[in-house]
Formats: sequence, C-alpha cells, structure tokens
Amino acid sequence: MSDTVIKVENLSKAYQIGQIGTGTVSRDIERFVRTKVLGKEDPFLKIGETNDRSKKGTSNIVWSLRDINFGINQGDAVGIIGKNGAGKSTLLKLLSRVTSPTTGEISVKGRIASLLEVGTGFHPELTGRENIYLNGAILGMRKKEITRKLDEIIDFSGVERYIDTPVKRYSSGMYVRLAFAVAAHLESEILIVDEVLAVGDAEFQKKCLGKMGDISKGEGRTILFVSHNMAAIQNFCTKGIFLKNGEIDSTGGIAKVVDRYLQSEKLLYSTSYKNLKTTAKPIRLKSFDLINDLSTGAPMNFEVCIDSQVARTTEFAIGFRSIDSSAVMQLYSGHVGEFFDLKEGLNVIQGSLGSLPLSSGNYVLNFWLGSGGIEYDFHSAAMTVLVHEGAIRENGPISTRNGYPVILDTKWIQK
Amino acid sequence: MDLKPKEEHWDLVIKGHSSLFDLKFADVWRYRDLLGMFVKRDFISFYKQTILGPLWFFIQPIFTTLVFTFIFGNLAGIGTDGLPQPLFYLCGITAWNYFSECLTKTSTVFRDNASIFGKVYFPRLIMPLSIVVSNLVRFGVQLLLLAVMMAYYAIVKPGSFQISSALLLFPLLVLLMAALGLGVGLIITAMTTKYRDLTFLVSFGVQLLMYGTTVIYPLSEAKDKFSEYAWIIEMNPMTGIIEAFRYAFLGQGEFTMASIGYSAVVTVVMLLAGVVIFNKTERNFVDTI
Repeated sequence: MSDTVIKVENLSKAYQIGQIGTGTVSRDIERFVRTKVLGKEDPFLKIGETNDRSKKGTSNIVWSLRDINFGINQGDAVGIIGKNGAGKSTLLKLLSRVTSPTTGEISVKGRIASLLEVGTGFHPELTGRENIYLNGAILGMRKKEITRKLDEIIDFSGVERYIDTPVKRYSSGMYVRLAFAVAAHLESEILIVDEVLAVGDAEFQKKCLGKMGDISKGEGRTILFVSHNMAAIQNFCTKGIFLKNGEIDSTGGIAKVVDRYLQSEKLLYSTSYKNLKTTAKPIRLKSFDLINDLSTGAPMNFEVCIDSQVARTTEFAIGFRSIDSSAVMQLYSGHVGEFFDLKEGLNVIQGSLGSLPLSSGNYVLNFWLGSGGIEYDFHSAAMTVLVHEGAIRENGPISTRNGYPVILDTKWIQK
Repeated sequence: MDLKPKEEHWDLVIKGHSSLFDLKFADVWRYRDLLGMFVKRDFISFYKQTILGPLWFFIQPIFTTLVFTFIFGNLAGIGTDGLPQPLFYLCGITAWNYFSECLTKTSTVFRDNASIFGKVYFPRLIMPLSIVVSNLVRFGVQLLLLAVMMAYYAIVKPGSFQISSALLLFPLLVLLMAALGLGVGLIITAMTTKYRDLTFLVSFGVQLLMYGTTVIYPLSEAKDKFSEYAWIIEMNPMTGIIEAFRYAFLGQGEFTMASIGYSAVVTVVMLLAGVVIFNKTERNFVDTI
C-alpha cells in the first residue's frame, strides 16, 4: 500500500483575462453549441499559451497551470515556491476546492483544511468566542470538536481577556492570532497554508512556525506551504515544488529546489559590483570587487572604488542580509576607527577579514558611504554573493543550512 | 514521489467536470453545524447595536399594514372578502415577506459571499439554506404579531374571521414558500455571477410580482373585475400559497387542492432546477464574479 495522500495528474487551469462583459453571451452560446450539441472540442481551450506575465500574449486565455503532475506522501511538509503569478495560489485554490480545474484531476486521501487566508468568515459584530465557533465550522469542524478544543484555542491565541468582546474592537494582530489559533487546531490530515505568516508580531510568527513544525513532524500530518520567505520554507519543509509560469520546474528535496529557484530568479551570485547609476553625487561608489571566493571560515578580501569630486573624509560599510532580507552581519570602517581621506578622482580602498563567520549560502550585500551621520551614497541589495561550504577549524566542517547564519570559532574546555 | 496504480481508495477526487446531478447532499449534511452557526450569526448581527433590537421585526409589517389599509383598503376601496382590513393585509404581508426575503437574499448569495467563497471550501448550498432558515426565525416572530392581531379582533369583533382546519397544512405552506423562494433565488444568483443585469431585475421585479400575487386583494375580487386576465394571477404559484395561507388563518380565500398542487409542482421543479444550476455554477464562479 502506498502512502501517497495527494496525487495530481495532468492538472490544468485556464483563465480568461481581460474584460468579461460584452460578447460573453454570444460566445457562451457558441461554446455551448460547439461542445454540447456538435460534440466538438471546446474552442475556448484550444488557444492559450504559457502564463508569462511580462509578455504580451496573443489570446485572452492563459493557462495559470498546465499539465501539473506530482504526488505527495503522508507526513511530507511541502513548500511551494515560485514568482508572483507562477500559479502557486491557483494550485492551492484547486486543492482546496475553491475553484475547479479545467482539465485533469486531483485525488486526495483524508480531510483537507486550507488556510488561504486566516479569519475567513469572521464577523465583526460577533465576539471572539462566537467567531471561533463560526470560523471553525467554516473550516469544517463539528461543534463538539470545537467545544472540546476551545480552551486550547483561546490559550494559543493569547487573547483570553478579550474573548467575549466583538472582534471589531480587536487590533489587527489580535484578530490574526485568534484566526490562526482556530486554524492550527483543525484535525485534518492535510493542511494547506498560504503566506499567513506575513502577519502578526515576531513572537507570534515564531509560534505559528513552531506549531506548523509540530503538525508536520510531530503529528505526521501533511502540510503544503506557500511562501516567499525562503528561510521559513527551508526551516520546516522537507520537499519542494518550484512552479514557473504555470509549469513544474523542479521537485524534490527542499534545499535543491530552493537553490534552483534562487538561481532561476537571477539571484545568481556575483563577485563584483559596478555602479551604473548616473545620478550626479559628489561622492559615489564606483565598484566593489571580491578578490577571492567566499567560504565559511576563510579570509575575505575585497576592494572598493570610490569616485569623488570633492576632498572629504568618509567611512564605508558593507551590510550582509540573508535572501529573505533579514540583517545578518555588518562590516563598518567606523566601528574600527578607520576614516578615509578622499582625494578628488578615484580612490581605492582595500579591506580584509581574517575569517568569514557566515554559514554557506547566498547573501545580499548593501553598501553605504558617508560620514558623521551624513549619507553620501547608498546601494541597497547591490549584489548577491555566495558563501561556499567551509570550516572554521581544520577538523570542523560546517553543515549547511542549519538555520543559523553566523558561525564563530569558540574555545571549549572540559573540566 | 511516485505515482501508483489506480485501484487505490481515494477519499476525494477533484475533477474538471462532474455529473450534473452530483448534488453533494452528503457534504451539506456533514456541514449542518455550520448552517446553525450562520443562522445565529445573522440573528445576532441583525440587532446588535440597535436600541429596539428584535422589535424591528415588528415595525416593518405594522407600518406596511397601516399604509396598505389606508391606500388600498380605504382610498382605492378594494374588497377584502369581508375580513377586517388590517388582518387581511397583515396576513398577506407576513407570508409574502417570507417568500420575497428568501428570494432576494438568496439571489445575491454568490456576490455577497464572493470573498469567503473564494478563500475556503464548504458546500456552497449551506449559505442559501442558512438564509432561508434565518428568515424562518423572522417569519416566526412576525407570525406572533399576526396572532396578537387575531386575538385582538377575536375579542373586539367576534366572528369577523375563523381559523379553518387547513391550518394543518401550515408547515407545508411554509415549506413551499421557502422552497420556491430558494429555487428562484438560486437560479438568479447563478446567472448573476456572469450577467449582473439580473440583479436590477430582481429588486423591482419582486415588488411588481407582489401586485401579481393576491397580497393586497383577494383572488375573488380579481376574478370579478378582470375575469379574462385572472388566469395570469392564478398562474403565479405564490397565489395558491397565499390564498391557502389566508384561508387557513382567517377562513377566507380560494383554497383548492388543485391550486396548491399546482404551486407544489412548480416549486419542486424550480427548486430542482435551482439546485442543479447552483451546483454547476458553484464550481467555477470564483473565476468570473
């Protein structure tokens, strides 16, 4: 017996884009006559092309998903990634039966609960408690089931004090907390989640991720998760599906799929940056070059080229951010008391770091030029660099993607 | 991630096309708690933050009755089969209100709930069903008003009306009104997902339809004055129901098994058609609304 719980075969979904209005009646009749009366192929579906948002198409039918095939096993946590408009949400909509496919089929074992948006069906006039029941019922829970879990839900949401207040008086954070709490306590075998984690404060986001991790790892339930937050996806998904223009680009282990996604989205790393902006600033960064490849624990050497029209003192900073743009590390000349006296024309500054304390992966670099609180030039997300796997000591290879970006050498003494 | 042979058991298969008569009633039954929840929501949200609260359920029929008594009863002088005018009108209005509320509310169900339908799956039929049941609560409250009025006339003018044994048919009459309103409403809401035009038709169409039903005049009066056109009014399935309703409560009205049978047949056809069309539209309406 296989433990495949979701099987998707030749799944496609076509949408009509542009205006729906004049002409639809006649076209509807034409379609009906052709397909039902004459038994011919649907003319509506013949035309159509891949869904590339940026290109102008020749027809007003697009395939939001086209011939998708995959299977998901019991207990998998699957991350679905792709650009905006790649078909992620359409896929989730089809899986959660909000709309039905144009062709193909999906077979499912067990109950599916989908969280395309938290708080669906919340009524502002009802109290928190009443909304728990309403929302739970909408998501497919029985009344008894909700009553049994009520305390747990209220506890998880952390809004106990307001539970008998109408939700229209809630702050948006409280609202989301309550809504997620209901959803997280669904007893379904398969859970579909779409970017709900974009809301709530950091503490609650952590709680949500933790709960989702529990659901997939601890309880052996299957989760499908759509997000643009690669860190969150890598954190608790085991497998990935990468959609591109409505077709599956790659599937498999999450690390492999995320890499493939980042590369195809031109998040390819580079080793140098040239400032092509033509804004006339008196002091501007001209280029930044890495002299050697980066790897964990290895030295980092770089060269900065500054174009100045005035003679002035400046400081320079490099900011490292992770792919999901959380700040990781800063190299700032001011911190070590270095100031550069620029002369008119080109100035070259070299910098080096003895041992790069970052774990392997992609990082996005920001550059800042300025002095005494005045900014001369700033380049946000100027370039992406790749840190190769390495070691901070000979005998200690660093495993990749353990979730912690900074790796430092430490003295350990056993007493 | 390999695909296995087909003989496995799947709990759910989602396909592009399904049979026209796959009405998913089992699903609706599974979600019956949700229906109760929606009814409760409608009721609570109706009177929250109002001073008079549920009293508003009374105010509308009282004033309508007053206006009708004045205009149609006195100014136009339309007969009421010998019944006290306020009683005659209130009886018709109570029944008609239930039907028209069911119809107008269900006729916008897709549009009103597009956001929730677009986010989560539950059997869509739950929503119109909950509307019909919510209105039943309201209808019940308004029946109280009718009962009070009947008690008043029984004391002040004894013998001005009599309750007939047809009152036993009352549950059937309510069911027919609900089912007819639901059926027509479902057809309309299914069509309005693509063609908005119908929404305009509904709002005044229902109003006009009231004049084509025996709410403000008895069928006997219509037959007297426009004998050659009275069949149009008789063709209206609501006429049979309202006449029977009035006969049951007040003892006057043209109540025949044939007329109620006709109404029942039309109702069943409408309801079936409504549910089938609704289910067909439900699958994809999110894409067009």
